[in-house]
Amino acid sequence: MITYSFLQHYWWFLISLLGGILAFLLFVQGGQTLLFSLSKTEDEKRLLVNALGRKWEFTFTTLVTFGGAFFASFPLFYSTSFGGAYWVWMLILFCFVIQAVSYEFQTKPGNIYGAKTYRSFLFVNGLLGTFLIGAAIATFFTGSDFIVNKANITQQLAPVISSWGNEWHGLDALFTVRNWTLGIAVFFLSRSLALLFFVNRLNNEVLEARSRKFLWYNAIPFVVFFLIFVIWTLLSEGFAVDPTTGVVSMEKYKYFSNFIEMPIVLVLFLLGVVSVLAGVIGTWITPKFKSGIWFAGIGTVVTVCSLLLTAGYNNTAYYPATPSLQSSLTIYNSSSSFFTLNAMSLVSLFIPVVLVYITIAWRAMEKKRIDIEDVNGDDHAY
Amino acid sequence: MELMDVSLLGWSRAQFAMTSMYHWLFVPLTLGLGVIMSIMETLYVRTGNEAWKKATQFWMTLFGVNFAIGVATGIILEFEFGTNWSNYSWFVGDIFGAPLAIEAILAFFMEATFISIMFFGWKKVGKKFHLASTWLTVLGATISALWILVANAWMQYPVGMEFNPDTVRNEMVDFWSILLSPVAMNKFFHTVISGWVLGGLFVVGVSSWFLLKKREVDFALKSLKVGAIFGLISTLLVAFTGDGSAYNVTQRQPMKLAAMEGLYQGKTSAGLVAFGILNPNKKAYNDSIDPFLFKVEIPSMLSILGNRDAKSFVPGVANLLDGGYQTKNGAALSFTEKQTRGKAAIQSLAEYQKAVAAKDTTAAALHKAKLKENYPQFGYGYIDKATDMIPNVPAVFYSFHIMVMLGMYFILLFAVLLFFINGGKIEKTKWLLWVALFSIPLGYVAGELGWVVAELGRQPWAIQDVLPLKAAISNISGYSVVITFFLFLTLFSALLVAEIRIMLKQIQKGPEAH
Repeated sequence: MITYSFLQHYWWFLISLLGGILAFLLFVQGGQTLLFSLSKTEDEKRLLVNALGRKWEFTFTTLVTFGGAFFASFPLFYSTSFGGAYWVWMLILFCFVIQAVSYEFQTKPGNIYGAKTYRSFLFVNGLLGTFLIGAAIATFFTGSDFIVNKANITQQLAPVISSWGNEWHGLDALFTVRNWTLGIAVFFLSRSLALLFFVNRLNNEVLEARSRKFLWYNAIPFVVFFLIFVIWTLLSEGFAVDPTTGVVSMEKYKYFSNFIEMPIVLVLFLLGVVSVLAGVIGTWITPKFKSGIWFAGIGTVVTVCSLLLTAGYNNTAYYPATPSLQSSLTIYNSSSSFFTLNAMSLVSLFIPVVLVYITIAWRAMEKKRIDIEDVNGDDHAY
Repeated sequence: MELMDVSLLGWSRAQFAMTSMYHWLFVPLTLGLGVIMSIMETLYVRTGNEAWKKATQFWMTLFGVNFAIGVATGIILEFEFGTNWSNYSWFVGDIFGAPLAIEAILAFFMEATFISIMFFGWKKVGKKFHLASTWLTVLGATISALWILVANAWMQYPVGMEFNPDTVRNEMVDFWSILLSPVAMNKFFHTVISGWVLGGLFVVGVSSWFLLKKREVDFALKSLKVGAIFGLISTLLVAFTGDGSAYNVTQRQPMKLAAMEGLYQGKTSAGLVAFGILNPNKKAYNDSIDPFLFKVEIPSMLSILGNRDAKSFVPGVANLLDGGYQTKNGAALSFTEKQTRGKAAIQSLAEYQKAVAAKDTTAAALHKAKLKENYPQFGYGYIDKATDMIPNVPAVFYSFHIMVMLGMYFILLFAVLLFFINGGKIEKTKWLLWVALFSIPLGYVAGELGWVVAELGRQPWAIQDVLPLKAAISNISGYSVVITFFLFLTLFSALLVAEIRIMLKQIQKGPEAH
C-alpha cells in the first residue's frame, strides 16, 4: 500500500538520485575550468570545447530538473531556500546563464566579445558553479540561518512565511569552513571527472596523455577535501527529528548513526567511493584503460545519492535551521500533499523512457571518439 | 518591515517582467522556426532534393543561435518563483511545482537529447533518424510550452485545488482539471501558434531580403512559400484562439476585460472598441469624465465575444468594484463585500490555528467551516482599497488593441504574399518584399504585447482572487533585487546584441555556406 510516508521517502530518493546525476554531469563544468590549462593550441581548445559542447545541455537540464523536482515534491524547501539564500542561488544561476550561450556563440562571426570572452564565461561557470553548488549542498549537513512560520500568512500587513536570519542571504554559507570543504571537493571532483571523460572520448594522444597527468593534481585534492568533509560530518552533531513530536534536536554522530542504521545506504556509499577511486586509480596505473569515467561517474552518482539519503532519511532534518532548530525542514513537514506526490510519482514512471532514449541517442552519436577532423568537418561545430 | 517595502514589490515585479519579456523574445521563434525547418527537412527526406536540405540547415543554424539564448534567459525564470516569490512558492507550490517538474522531465530532456543529434548528427545517423530528431526537438519545445502555460493559466484561473488550513497552503485535488482547464488549453494553443506566426514572419522577412539582394533566389522562393502558407494558417488559428481567450477572460477575469476595452461603466449589448484614444484626464474610475477622447465601436460585439449573447451585460470597472449587477450566480458582490469576506477568511484561519494549538476541536471545526465559506475571497483580505483592484488601463488597453491590429495586419500580409507568390510576380514586387522584411519586428511586438495584456491585466493578483502579489513576495532586501535586476538586464542586453549580430552575419552568409 502506498502511504504518504512512502511517497515522501520515494521523492527524497529521486531528489538524491538527481543530485547524484547532477554531480556526475558537472564534469562539463570541470572540463570548462581546464580549457586554458589542458590545451596549448587552438585546435586542442576547440576539441575540448566541442567534446564538452555535446554534453552541456544534459547538465543544464539536470540542474533545471533538480529545481523543478524539488519545487514539486518539497515546495517549502524551494520557498525557504531560494527566497532566503537569495544571493547564493542567484550567483549559481548567473553562472549557468552565461554558460548557455557560450558554446553556441563563441566561434560564430559577429559575436562581438570574441571567443576568449565566451571561454572565460565557461571558466567562470565551471569554477563558481561547482564550488557554490557544493557549498550550498553542504548546508544540508551544517545548517542555515532561517525561520519558518507558516501561521504568519494570517498577518495581513506582513504575511511572511519564511525569513533569512541575516543580511547575507545565503552567502553566509561561506562563513562555515565545512561548507568550503565540500565546495572545493566538488570543484576538484568535476575536474577529475572531466579528465576521465577526455581520456575516454578524445582521439588525441597529446590531450589524453596530459589528461592522465592532470588527473594527479585534481583527484588527490578531491579525495583529501572529500574525506575532510565526510569525516568532519560523521563526527559532528546532526539534526535529528523526533518521529512522534516532530521536534528537532542536535544528536551526536547523527550522520554516522544514519549510516549504521541504514546499512544498505552505507554499502552503497562505500561501493560508490570505491568505484570512484577505481576509475581514477585504474586510469593512472593502466595506460590503455579508458573507461575510468564510467566507474568514477557511476560511483559519483551512487556516493552523492547515498550521502543525500543520510541527510533526509532516518528522521533527519535535511535542511536544518540554526539557531532556530524547530524551523528545520524535514521530508515530512516540507513535502507536497499525498495527492501531488502520488500524481508526480506516476509521472516519474516516464523516467526510464527518458533514460532509454538518451541511451539510444548517445550510442548513435558516440560510435567513435572525437578528433579535430570531426570538429573541422562539422558545419555546426563550436 | 522589509516585506512592505514598496520598492521591493516594484522591483520584484520589474525583474520578473524583464526576464520574462527577454525570454519571450526567443521562445516564439524557437517554436515557429522549429516547425518550419522540420517541414523543410521532411520535404528533403521525401523528395531527396538537396535544396531543401540546404534550406533546412540554414534555418537550423539561426534556430540554434536563438535557442541558446532562449535557454539562457529561461533558467532564471523557473528559479525566480522561489527567489522572489517565496510565499507564493509555498502557498500554491503543491499545485504549481508539478507542471514545472513535468516540463523538465518530459520536455527538457527530449530537447537536450535530440537537439544534439539535430545539430551534430547529419553525418552520424540516417536521414529518417535525423528527421525524427528534428521533429522531437520541436515537440520537446512545444511540450515545454504546454506545461509552463498550464502553470500560467492556473494562476489566471485557479481550479482543481483546495485550501488546507493545517498546512496553510492550497493543495491539488484534481490534476486533470488543471491540465485540461479551458483557460489552459486556449492559452496553450493561442500562445504556441503565435510563435508559429512569428516563425512565418521571420522566414518570409529573411527570404524577402535575399530576393531584394537577388541572392539565393531558388532558396528564397522555396522558403517564402513555406513561410507564407504556414504563416497564414497560423495567423488564422491565432485569431480563432484569440476569440477563445476573450471569452475566457470575460467569464473569469472581468476586470482584465474591462481594462482591455477601457470599459468603466458596464453595458448591455456592449460594443467592441475597434479603435480608440483614451482620455488622459480620466482620473478616477467613478468620475463623470468620458474615458475616451475618440473611439470607433463595433455594436454589440463585446457582448457577443465575451458572453456569446448580443444582448448580454458586460460589467465595467465601476460595476466590478461597486457590485450589484446580475450574474449567473445572483447579484455580484462589491469590492468592499469581498474585502470583508477575505479578511474574515484570514481571521478564521488565525482562529483555527489557535484552536488547534489549544486542542479545542469544536472551535477548530467552527473556524474551519467559516474559512471554507469565505475562502473564494481569501485574497481580497490583503487588498487595502478598491482602486488597488484596477490594472493599468492605458497599458492594457493599448497593448491589446495594437496586438489585435497587428494580428489583422499579419493575415493581410501573408495573404498578399501568397497572392503574388502564386502569380509568379513576387520577385518583382519590391515594395512587398520590403514590407515583409520590416514586418519581422512587428511579430515580436505583438507577442510581447500579448503578455503585457495577460499579466498586467490580472494585477494585483499573483493567483486570481486567492493571492495578491504583495502577499506572494520573498522577504529580501529591495536593494538585492535592484542589483540582480540590473545585473541580468545588462547581461541579457549584452547577449541580445551579440545574438542579433550573429544572426545577421549568418543570414548574410546565406545557405550556400552550409
